[in-house]
Amino acid sequence: MSATEERTAYIGAPVKRREDAALLTGRATYVDNMFPPGTVSMVVVRSPYAHARVKSIETSAAKAAYGVVGVLTAADLRDDWKAPMPCAWPVTEDMKSPDHYPLTDVPCYQGDGVAVVLAESRAQAQDAAELVEVDYEPLAAVAGVEKALESGAPLVHPALGTNECYVWRLDTDATGQAIDEADVVVTRTYFQPRLIPNAVEPRSVLAVPGTTGDVTLYSTTQIPHILRLLAAAGLGLHETKLRVVAPDVGGGFGSKLNVYAEELLALALSRRLERPVKWTEERSENYTATIHGRDVVTEYTLAATKDGTITHCRARVKAAMGAYLQLVTPGIPLLGAWIYSGPYAIPNYSVEFTGVFTNTTPTDAYRGAGRPEATYVIERTMDALADELGMDKLELRRKNFIEEFPAQLASGLTIDSGDYHASLDKLLEALDLDAIRAEQAKRRENGGALLGVGFSTYNEMCGLAPSRILGAIRYAAGGWDTATIRCLPTGSIQVITGTSPHGQSHETSWAQIVADQLGCDIGAVEVLHGDTSISSIGMDTYGSRSLPVGGVALYHAAEKVIDKARQIVAHQLEVSPEDLEFADGTFSVKGSPDKNATLASVAFGAWAAHDLPDGMEPGLEATAVYDPPNFSWPAGAHAAVVEVDPETGDARLVRYVAVDDVGTVVNPMIVDGQVHGGITQGISTALYEEGAYDDEGNLQTANLLTYLVPSAAELPSFELERTESPSPTNPLGVKGVGETGTIASAPAVINAVLDALSHLGVKDIQMPATPERVWRAIQEAKS
Amino acid sequence: MRHVALTVNGTRHELELEPRELLVEVLRDRLRLTGTVVGCDTSSCGACTVLVDGESAKSCTLLGVQANGSEITTIEGLARDGELHPVQQAFHDFHALQCGFCTPGMVMAAVSLIEHGEATSEAAIRVGLEGNLCRCTGYHNIVAAVQDASTAMGRAS
Repeated sequence: MSATEERTAYIGAPVKRREDAALLTGRATYVDNMFPPGTVSMVVVRSPYAHARVKSIETSAAKAAYGVVGVLTAADLRDDWKAPMPCAWPVTEDMKSPDHYPLTDVPCYQGDGVAVVLAESRAQAQDAAELVEVDYEPLAAVAGVEKALESGAPLVHPALGTNECYVWRLDTDATGQAIDEADVVVTRTYFQPRLIPNAVEPRSVLAVPGTTGDVTLYSTTQIPHILRLLAAAGLGLHETKLRVVAPDVGGGFGSKLNVYAEELLALALSRRLERPVKWTEERSENYTATIHGRDVVTEYTLAATKDGTITHCRARVKAAMGAYLQLVTPGIPLLGAWIYSGPYAIPNYSVEFTGVFTNTTPTDAYRGAGRPEATYVIERTMDALADELGMDKLELRRKNFIEEFPAQLASGLTIDSGDYHASLDKLLEALDLDAIRAEQAKRRENGGALLGVGFSTYNEMCGLAPSRILGAIRYAAGGWDTATIRCLPTGSIQVITGTSPHGQSHETSWAQIVADQLGCDIGAVEVLHGDTSISSIGMDTYGSRSLPVGGVALYHAAEKVIDKARQIVAHQLEVSPEDLEFADGTFSVKGSPDKNATLASVAFGAWAAHDLPDGMEPGLEATAVYDPPNFSWPAGAHAAVVEVDPETGDARLVRYVAVDDVGTVVNPMIVDGQVHGGITQGISTALYEEGAYDDEGNLQTANLLTYLVPSAAELPSFELERTESPSPTNPLGVKGVGETGTIASAPAVINAVLDALSHLGVKDIQMPATPERVWRAIQEAKS
Repeated sequence: MRHVALTVNGTRHELELEPRELLVEVLRDRLRLTGTVVGCDTSSCGACTVLVDGESAKSCTLLGVQANGSEITTIEGLARDGELHPVQQAFHDFHALQCGFCTPGMVMAAVSLIEHGEATSEAAIRVGLEGNLCRCTGYHNIVAAVQDASTAMGRAS
């Protein structure tokens, strides 16, 4: 490492973002901002029924409409598909998986595509889509995850003979002996509603055919590399014939971590028409055509001795898959499967997951993916267990905290590092719990808005992921990532990363890491990403993986560059490589600092190649592929303070204090921003958001008017603190921060609402805690 | 087709518009001012907010023909002589944007809020930006940036 006293390190500094200049001045490159000449607009005709058979489609009126280039149905395109829509995570050997193509004649959810209309303009395509007459025979549908498992329930895919997609188990105490022997057993059942990710940029796709059978796909995607591989397979193309570009992407949160029908449709149609084909989602369309998150019912049990030592945790999870298996649909619940013991040392462990088909939009990764589902039931049940034991809620947590690291979990994984007491200590310092309790008591006495405080102490596993573990759990790909560092002859540094940011600020943070290691000015470092013709391999951005995997790859690539440069300098100065030290971008001979060479001069020398060691290749660049040996394990302690109006049931967040330990922090400004956004999505889960279907599978919350994405007016400012336990797994000590806030916050908020109402005898409230639900809970407790 | 004359970022445009064309479509599709973006179809998200005769307006709620004779400012017209507008500068300084998609609308709404003297407190800013949705930042840094810009523009109380 080059950071010394003389040079201020970039790592740890709130370096302002280089991404901002374009985004703040209206010069962003979002896909929908591109208008290549000759572009054809595509509109998808979608089923209004959750389950139906298309008896016939009359397209002649649409085809005759002004500007229309073509109208195609599932039958017209059947031969274009060389593989079904991909699911990369068959979680069990006998998992049931229906074949799924970009268009269908048996729509299985409301919004399933049955035809496409292509026209010279978007308005023409939209108008013509209204002229496509589809004769549907409605079929019986089922929308609820528990209803779908009842005997006699309508089958989403009759050919499979069941709505059960898979059952997956991990057990260390299959007999439940620890539960039988416990003094206290608390079992609670929770429904975590369906969430609609709502990245503010709708999805957009533009396929531009080339002249040699090649095609370029511009897509609002988090995963240009994975998309290239799977879209090429879907179309039967050589990967070399498909270039995928993720330009500026307006948020993802998992919803753009997929291979979507519209991407394949635009590719296939652009090749047929030999014209660019563009599709941009309308927001209301986004509500059914883009994946959803959560929708799980969990029965969770904690067993403990009288003194509060927890001996067993057990989760039985029924998780909605929706109508089809998208890219990682079946694996999402499993991303929490190893952490149903939370930050607690619980020796006996059993989890069982049942994947369930329903006639709804497919679920898949949404911020936190599997881990919010786990943390919610753990932290809700910890409060319930404390009540049952007559114990202080924080005392129960402290009594069971894991204290020694690395920590082997009963579930089989190993936590890298942490200090769970330190996070909670810091939280309590910031919170002033005594004052809150005093105010709470006063308000209960005097009437008016009630006050409640709720806690969530959490950990999570991110940094996806060790490839061997992914293989062992049947995920189709690896979890490594790549970085190339190229020293140009002028001393500028080109960095190519396999990660693909969409708001996470990699251009800034990655430059900080490389500039520190190579001892150069940050302005000399350029970061390239998101285009498979520039960054040809990578595993992209999701699961809080970019820094602990892709960022660590940067470190190793820089080390390789420094090693090669050291060989060159040693050769030129006629010393042995061990006699050279490297600091602040300069190699110098130990003991003779006047004998030195800057990295920039070495880069020029390596490019000119006039005087290199025998057999050495010219140029100064290196590529590293980093496969993490372990997941990384952020943790922390959060507290929410809410006010509840007992007359209206309105619950409002008034304070939110978060202490997170995400390992080494590269850019505290960016990390805080990630935590703010993450917390907000969890708060919103707790209080506002719910994707609701009726019994026939009609989405009742099908736009922003009926699905509440909170504005600034619903939220307070946040109070953030940090503790720092560097991960020993990687040389940077980093852990990942994209999802911590979302994982931690929903239970803290619900626990706070319940705390506000505890004197009334309210014990449970379903998320989101809307005014109606809170009011009803109060009335029911009264009666 | 209707003849419409409007001034955008100081440049006068004479256009033949279909009556149904939304102002945001005119800006994006006709004038190729793609800084103004579309995030929804229910006038909920505010991503398309621009200034119409100095007032913030969601450009998806106006028809192009309604803007006849108007002076419109979009995000592209905010910086002057290579200098960011104080609100743009504050968004940069306070890390008030991540993916940046809501940013043009958020910035324009904030400019209007400040210029109308309504960005007087955290609470006022939060209510004043209610029509603009951001999914990345949790609004914390946006509110801080607007408070700072309001001070820089001499409009804070």
